[in-house]
Amino acid sequence: MKITFPHMGNIYIPLKTIFESLGCEVILPPPCSKKTLELGVAYSPEFACLPLKINIGNFIEALEKGADTIVMAGGVGPCRFGYYGEVQKEILKDLGFNFEMIILEPPQGNFIDLLNKIRLITNRNNNGVKDLIKAIRIGWKKALLLDEIEKQLFKYRPRERCKGQTEKVYNSLVKEILNAKCEKELALLETQIHDVFSNISVIKNLTPVKVGIVGEIYTVLEPFVNLNIEKQLGELGVEVYRNIYITDWVRENLLPSFIRSQDHNIMLKLAEPYINCFVGGHGQESVAQIINFSKMGFDGVIHLLPFTCMPEIVAKSAIPRINQEHHIPVMTIVLDEHSAETGFRTRLEAFVDMLCHNREVKNNAVLSGN
Amino acid sequence: MRIGIPRALFYYQYFPFWKTLFEVLRFEVVLSPPTNKEILEQGTKLCVDDACLPIKVYHGHIAVLKDKVDMIFVPRVISIEPRKYICPKFLGLPDMIRNSIPDISRVLDTELNLYKGKYNMLNHVLNLGKILKINRSRILLAYYKAIKAQMKFEDLLIKKLATPQELFDKKQNFILESQLLKKHTNNIKVLLLGHNYNIYDDYISMGLIRKLRKNKIDLITTEMVEKKYITIGSKQLSKDMFWTLGEKTLGTAFYYLENSKVDGVIHVASFGCGPDSLVGEILEKKTKKQYKVPILYLNLDEHAGESGFNTRIEAFLDVLEGRKYLEDNLSAHG
Repeated sequence: MKITFPHMGNIYIPLKTIFESLGCEVILPPPCSKKTLELGVAYSPEFACLPLKINIGNFIEALEKGADTIVMAGGVGPCRFGYYGEVQKEILKDLGFNFEMIILEPPQGNFIDLLNKIRLITNRNNNGVKDLIKAIRIGWKKALLLDEIEKQLFKYRPRERCKGQTEKVYNSLVKEILNAKCEKELALLETQIHDVFSNISVIKNLTPVKVGIVGEIYTVLEPFVNLNIEKQLGELGVEVYRNIYITDWVRENLLPSFIRSQDHNIMLKLAEPYINCFVGGHGQESVAQIINFSKMGFDGVIHLLPFTCMPEIVAKSAIPRINQEHHIPVMTIVLDEHSAETGFRTRLEAFVDMLCHNREVKNNAVLSGN
Repeated sequence: MRIGIPRALFYYQYFPFWKTLFEVLRFEVVLSPPTNKEILEQGTKLCVDDACLPIKVYHGHIAVLKDKVDMIFVPRVISIEPRKYICPKFLGLPDMIRNSIPDISRVLDTELNLYKGKYNMLNHVLNLGKILKINRSRILLAYYKAIKAQMKFEDLLIKKLATPQELFDKKQNFILESQLLKKHTNNIKVLLLGHNYNIYDDYISMGLIRKLRKNKIDLITTEMVEKKYITIGSKQLSKDMFWTLGEKTLGTAFYYLENSKVDGVIHVASFGCGPDSLVGEILEKKTKKQYKVPILYLNLDEHAGESGFNTRIEAFLDVLEGRKYLEDNLSAHG
């Protein structure tokens, strides 16, 4: 059985580790590229949202490399993501591929089905529950470390003296995490992270403009889709913050409610005056996070969504009012297969210029005592 | 007190229920006029630009109503069937309205959520009663009458194969059954699939039903099909569909394509409709490949031009007629 799964940022690292430590062969789709997008757009329904199209591209490329089993997540709505797997299966079958698709549905009172599927993927003959737990532990640890180094990357990139140095450090760390085999290795890596990053020479006493990124999880996490927005902003001297990480998502969605931390629910309360109900996907979270960023004194927020994303459109309707009431500039960027880097860059530059100007005005006001 | 009900979205599904309910409770029900150019323009201006056409139209209806009534009824329709949703935009509709039309008068946004069971319809009504400060027994009486009206409405749609508009007179009262027009058909059976608030809105569907009726097409919409048949049809899906309207579309389509002769399928969807982007794909694949029935896909948005639309409908009907003619005149000996 040769397993493959769609890309979403760095999620391939923990997933690959989990499957491989259970003795499955993993065939990764090549990193998302123009070709992925073209394949996806050619064979997907025209009005489907962008993640579905990129997934299709990923699957086609992986199947061509020899994969025969696709692992995909399911859902129960109301966001379209829950029905992705079914539609993708039909599309790929029509294209003549021969494969098995295993869709992991969230257990709605029926745990047996999910457990069976997990055992099906995980080589049930060779592995016991103990092996499964061990594999998941390593995968989880890797996910945590990846999130940590990403946070460091965002912090150091706008401050670096030598352009591109932080990125290099980050990439080598990603490679080490990818190749780490056991928890000991990872524990060692964890102790080194801070040292490695603090070796980067930085411009001292710099207070970069701070921008928060919110929006639909796939567009926020997958750099190919968001045209590497975090890197672009970093290069413009902006310190980027993000509130959506894979590990947070897993904590909020897969853990049973009694061990979940309450922070998430407390944050959602912020959204209540604007969106008073769960609207699927991350709609409510986006609104709550914009307000949260404004309370934390951020200079601006960028809101990302794929074209026609239903939950985020509801969120978008709230932004003008939040803008007025919380005084924080928010720029919404809608992403689809036609997003072009140049126009995108121009918009980012203009937005950052405006934020810098806002800051100057504010500082001058303080100096002159007005 | 006057309660405004926008003639959009779930008006086409629940109007008899809501109208009876409020009238028994002695409210004056004010309905917005049928969608027109001005309403659409208002809606497009007010609404967030990424939203779909019916949501924009809804905003327009609210804009027309807001100064004429004391209260506007904008229910938060989360679910109208167990374990199924409508669409995220319906879940957030009252919020969208409040965010986009800040100077709106009082909004009555009681939740309608049958996700966990049908009895929650009563909860919806009881909550309404609480907000409007009406005592329980009066509410229960009104609920009983409203349910009766709603059942009669749904029955008639199925029995008479009628569209909602054909059942009401100008004052939105039921027409007597005997007065319902007999339809002349030319035996071409077309499944008209799509969300009820799109196909029954004469303005945004550019008179689609009117035009089909004029051509004496034998029309079937999802509202004219009994629930049990839809359930049978939707069994063909490998995963339960979690959108009510999507399931209705596919269930009706698969049931009719499988069990009785259908000459053509028309699928109407609004531009950027999330659920329909996937539902349409499944529908089109099955209709074309498995059943080899012609399908016409009509996409609605605020820029649609009527003449191009007419040409497409005419061409499609020509195809259906041509096929019918060939079929009828084929010699039995091949």
